[in-house]
Amino acid sequence: MTNNADIRVVVGMSGGVDSSVTAHLLKQQGYEVIGIFMKNWDDTDESGMCTATEDYNDVIRVCNQIGIPYYSVNFEKEYWDKVFTYFLEEYKSGRTPNPDVMCNKEIKFKAFLEHAMALGADYVATGHYARTITENGRVKMLRGKDRNKDQTYFLNALSQEQLQKVMFPLGEIDKPRVREIAEEAELATAGKKDSTGICFIGERNFKEFLSQYLPAQKGNMETLDGEVKGTHDGLMYYTLGQRQGLGIGGAGEPWFVVDKDLERNVLVVGQGYHHPQLYSEGLYAVDVNWISGSPPESTFECTAKFRYRQEDHAVSVIPQEDGTLYVEFKEPERAVTPGQYIVLYDGEECLGGGTIDEIIKAAAPV
Amino acid sequence: MERIYLDHAATSPLHPEVVEAMLPYFTEKFGNPSSIHSFGREARAALDEARVKIASVIGASYNEIIFTGGGTEADNLAIIGGAKKNRHKGNHIITAVTEHHGVLHACKELEKEGYEVTYLKVAENGKISIGDLKDALREDTILVSLMTVNNETGTIQPIKEVGNILKGHQALFHTDAVQAAGKCPLNVDDLNVDLMACSAHKFNGPNGTGFLYIRKGTELVPISFGGEQERKRRAGTENTAGITGMKAALETASMNMEARTASAVQFRKLMLDVFDEEKINYKVNGDAEEGLPHVLNVSFPEVNVEQFLMNMDLEGIAVSSGSACTAGSVDPSHVLIGMHGVNDRSRSAVRFSFGYGNTAEQVERAAKTVSRILGRIKAIK
Repeated sequence: MTNNADIRVVVGMSGGVDSSVTAHLLKQQGYEVIGIFMKNWDDTDESGMCTATEDYNDVIRVCNQIGIPYYSVNFEKEYWDKVFTYFLEEYKSGRTPNPDVMCNKEIKFKAFLEHAMALGADYVATGHYARTITENGRVKMLRGKDRNKDQTYFLNALSQEQLQKVMFPLGEIDKPRVREIAEEAELATAGKKDSTGICFIGERNFKEFLSQYLPAQKGNMETLDGEVKGTHDGLMYYTLGQRQGLGIGGAGEPWFVVDKDLERNVLVVGQGYHHPQLYSEGLYAVDVNWISGSPPESTFECTAKFRYRQEDHAVSVIPQEDGTLYVEFKEPERAVTPGQYIVLYDGEECLGGGTIDEIIKAAAPV
Repeated sequence: MERIYLDHAATSPLHPEVVEAMLPYFTEKFGNPSSIHSFGREARAALDEARVKIASVIGASYNEIIFTGGGTEADNLAIIGGAKKNRHKGNHIITAVTEHHGVLHACKELEKEGYEVTYLKVAENGKISIGDLKDALREDTILVSLMTVNNETGTIQPIKEVGNILKGHQALFHTDAVQAAGKCPLNVDDLNVDLMACSAHKFNGPNGTGFLYIRKGTELVPISFGGEQERKRRAGTENTAGITGMKAALETASMNMEARTASAVQFRKLMLDVFDEEKINYKVNGDAEEGLPHVLNVSFPEVNVEQFLMNMDLEGIAVSSGSACTAGSVDPSHVLIGMHGVNDRSRSAVRFSFGYGNTAEQVERAAKTVSRILGRIKAIK
């Protein structure tokens, strides 16, 4: 039996309650725990205030409470190169990227993991709601016990190599219990509210943020028949199925974004939540990751999520020779968005996922 | 695990005699030195005693010492107070790129108010050139500020020579002697300085206590307001316990100066000998021949210093990269950049600093740990 005290675990700490409880639980279990805060983005404002500094101060308080050493590492450059550049490129191509998936793949479970290994770590741990089990030397990633918080969607791009060195202590418990543990242990972050939105944008206005980095080109909003309904501020500011912010009034059902015509710089709008143009019956996915490490050879049935916090949908997966996937939906699905990830599940197990590259519009009206 | 402290240039442990000297001033002798009663008087007596003693150590008179809340405050007072008082004489200030931020940031503040500042460059060994200084000196120069010993590399600046050059010039001459005090002899007349900043916690005294030497006749405007303490130059009730501790620490340090310097020389050599035995690739930064031996700044080519320092800490060994103030930031230290530019050498620099309590065994163990950690980091790469 290995003694937990001989196992060095580096915990990625954000200053939030989840990672605080993660470190606390591992320490309780007797591991040698080290807390590390990652600074990936500099948002220092004119007054010199920076959310990262505030968050790191919370990490320091928690680490001192539970009695573990803490450090801060800077991955601003890696984040910019690997995550933010991808984020901008995707928007430029008229897609809706998911920087959290990329951040997990390239930063938290790559740059950070490597850093932890250089500190002699046996494992890294994070406060993600997901589980891992090892069977016959292979790691399987399972959904978090708290279905409401399950974060396997964001972790779909991780490899065997990465997952073999990872611990997710929160996978077995639910969020209300995590808050309770934080309160029982009187952790400084117990009452801190969860962060929302994309980490580097935070609470700021998304449109304003994006406009700092990408030139916006105004254009027309048109119906499928080509009737001009107004102007848009730049295609990148809109996503499929979006209702808010179109500014089209008038009689009848509300208006939604149903398509983007990049060539003509036209935002295609249609009336009604269930507008047929919003529905697709299949998709092509690229940059596919199989957590098991071995791609399936033939068509199989499973379930899928097309975005975070969505019910599973029954699909058939048809692997293509070039490693990409064609996925056929059992039922047409609304607002499947290129740039987001399709993540595949077999019951509890997350099989992996890929980037939605192209959607196949539903043939028949719903 | 026995921890080893090799970061004395950041701060240093209190000498037991210092603790002993301070204790009564927290408890029975707690008075306010400005009070008219007996409690006040005994505190005032302690302040005066400290002032006399400290003055004598640096060759000054007792009314030339102003107590401050540390080295940075003393630097700020010298630079901002000195520049503002003398603005009618000129607008130009000279300092160097490798100064402590307590000096550099004060100069930046003055630039915002329209003062002109020349930042002297340094050679690879960290020294300024006397020629550069002469070239920079102008009729309207009102202040020259150069540090006695650099806190990151131990490089000693030619303060005495600069002092001689400035004789007869209107410019005030300030030296930040924070890293020098208690470690090498300091005499204000010998150095010909008008202002000198020191900080107790660098020589085994308490944190948050320092002093500024102000030559008689040198005028400064105050930078803090609210009381008439310290000849109206530093408002606020004096930290009697801290000042008493600083006095005791400076006495102890002066008494043991030669022995401690000899130890530092030995530790430095021992550390480098182990590096050589272990075939470590390293480069010493600073002035190898004439620098202060207490500070050993070494670059380990292509090593990620963040990882190195964390590994050292996990082994219980405290060292730092650059000054404590730059720790945690990505940028290499401005001192190393000043000496070598922005490159691997300045990015991979680590500072070991020796002091009270260190033993040869500790230094040897630390050096061997360095070797082991470098091996681990490289293996991961």
